[in-house]
Amino acid sequence: MTDLLLVFPVLVPMLTAVLALLAYRSLHGQRTVSMVGAALVFAADIALLIEVVRNGIAATRIGNWPAPYGITFVADEFSALMLALTGLIGFAVALYSLAGIERESEAFGYHPVYHFLLMGVSGAFLTGDLFNLYVWFEVMLVASFVLMALGGERRQMQGAIKYVALNLISSILFLAAVGILYGMAGTLNMADLASKFSVSDSEYSRSVLRTTSMLFIVAFGIKAAAFPLFFWLPASYHLPAPAVSALFAGLLTKVGVYALIRVFTLIFVQDTGYTHTVILVIAGLTMATGVLGAVSQNEFRRILSFHIVSQIGYMIMGLGLFTPLGLAASVFYIAHHIIVKTNLFLVSGAVERIGHSSDLKVLGGLYRARPELSMLFLVPALSLAGLPPLSGFFAKLGLVKAGLIQEQYLIVGVALAVSLLTLFSMMKIWNEAFWKAKPERAGMLAYSDVHLRYQLTPIGLLAAVTLSIGILAGPVFGFAERAGNQLFQPADYIRVVLGGVR
Amino acid sequence: MQVVLAVVIGVLFSSGIYMMLRRNLLKLLIGLGLLSHSINLLIFASARLMRGRPPIVDTEGISTSGYADPLPQALILTAIVISFGVTAFAVGLAHRTHKLVGADDLDRISETERL
Repeated sequence: MTDLLLVFPVLVPMLTAVLALLAYRSLHGQRTVSMVGAALVFAADIALLIEVVRNGIAATRIGNWPAPYGITFVADEFSALMLALTGLIGFAVALYSLAGIERESEAFGYHPVYHFLLMGVSGAFLTGDLFNLYVWFEVMLVASFVLMALGGERRQMQGAIKYVALNLISSILFLAAVGILYGMAGTLNMADLASKFSVSDSEYSRSVLRTTSMLFIVAFGIKAAAFPLFFWLPASYHLPAPAVSALFAGLLTKVGVYALIRVFTLIFVQDTGYTHTVILVIAGLTMATGVLGAVSQNEFRRILSFHIVSQIGYMIMGLGLFTPLGLAASVFYIAHHIIVKTNLFLVSGAVERIGHSSDLKVLGGLYRARPELSMLFLVPALSLAGLPPLSGFFAKLGLVKAGLIQEQYLIVGVALAVSLLTLFSMMKIWNEAFWKAKPERAGMLAYSDVHLRYQLTPIGLLAAVTLSIGILAGPVFGFAERAGNQLFQPADYIRVVLGGVR
Repeated sequence: MQVVLAVVIGVLFSSGIYMMLRRNLLKLLIGLGLLSHSINLLIFASARLMRGRPPIVDTEGISTSGYADPLPQALILTAIVISFGVTAFAVGLAHRTHKLVGADDLDRISETERL
């Protein structure tokens, strides 16, 4: 059963996508298939999470080839958590898409591509093999290229070109690093690599390992939008349909962060004084540049895009500190961020739907027009800034505590200052779009009176999850701590993968 | 032979980067193609160059002398297929962009969308 649970997160989206393709002519059929598929994936991901929490790390060998030769699917608590979040976001955004996507684009294959993207993301979280990780990255990327360009507006194409070019370069660098690692160790199984590199430091040249690790940092840094490789993200994320932005914002960069954490807790741990310091410096610069970019923007989704960059800094800060507590805080932060950021983009889509624009100068008075939407904006916005008792507070608390224990006062200071600026720019959105009176100018459209049923349900769902993570912060952080410990001491992971089925 | 291969990889890689640094949309695509070729050769070289050896191990396990590693070739095959698909998409995207924007100069394409 465990074996099946490990392949369901990949198998179900694939079947859903194929069925949605078969129902290509009927929009209604595609929607039904898509919703049922998204719900099933979510259920399968939750089942896997429960299984991993109960019985520890799960692994299965695809095609029953023994471990270092064949491809292994592994789920430790971190992977399982990421999969559960993927399921949740996949479901919420699929629901939102029922009303949030233009009909033409939707009929043009939105649903199949959407599920192919989910398949790629899930595969990347599950695989225990570096080359296989590359393949899942490509599945995810090609699907995201299509979603990014869907609709085919002029502006969208301009964003898509940058997005495609930068992501392809990152894939190429990743592949180069994989090739060099294979040349050194003769294996690409991550657990096998970990055990080979940790045993002897004489056999493998330290300098080549260090160079390869930097290639990984650059490759995954582009995907995760870390400083200084983030500029493709704010140039493209505000252009596609809001539902697509929300999905990208929630999941895609986080796959890059996941890959960074996986590789730099498992394979490159011989030289932490060098590699993890580099990561820590990148983390600080990413936070600072991201938030400064956000402060200078005046468009709803652009502000949010820059905040993704800034938040990536927090996520890799825990990795840079490289203590169990730091990793736990990173895990918690990623979980909190995926939910909150997706939700903010969904809110921005709803605002755009009502106000016909996402320019803060045009918007205003939304609190009077739509109080329920405004309240639902405040939950993720304040959580992102880190106000108690919402999830973001505990995520930042964990990181700051881990930083103080390590006596890394500079990065802690940066994190706190950036947090303040985050609050500032969230308040800017609140003041401009929701609080101030609607500016009266000639030729401006009145707010439309659309029903937001399909939009408000997923937004409310995600806000509820944010609130409950905040209220249940103790148990959730306990879970993150166990995940952090598993990452910090990968002996169990290696044993389960190489020792075969437990 | 190894030296020749190393030089070829280096030249392909650097010309790929050079092409990508040009402002022309089509040259960007050519650059991407060259880069992926050079990486495929890199993976090929990482398996050590062997001539006339079987890609089979004996019953004892891996014999260190005389065994051509077939795995990198499988990896390259996968990478070629992926890069074929991705390049096809990128060409389509470039074509569409060119039609919509009416320019193939990357600076002019991004003119209307500045940060």
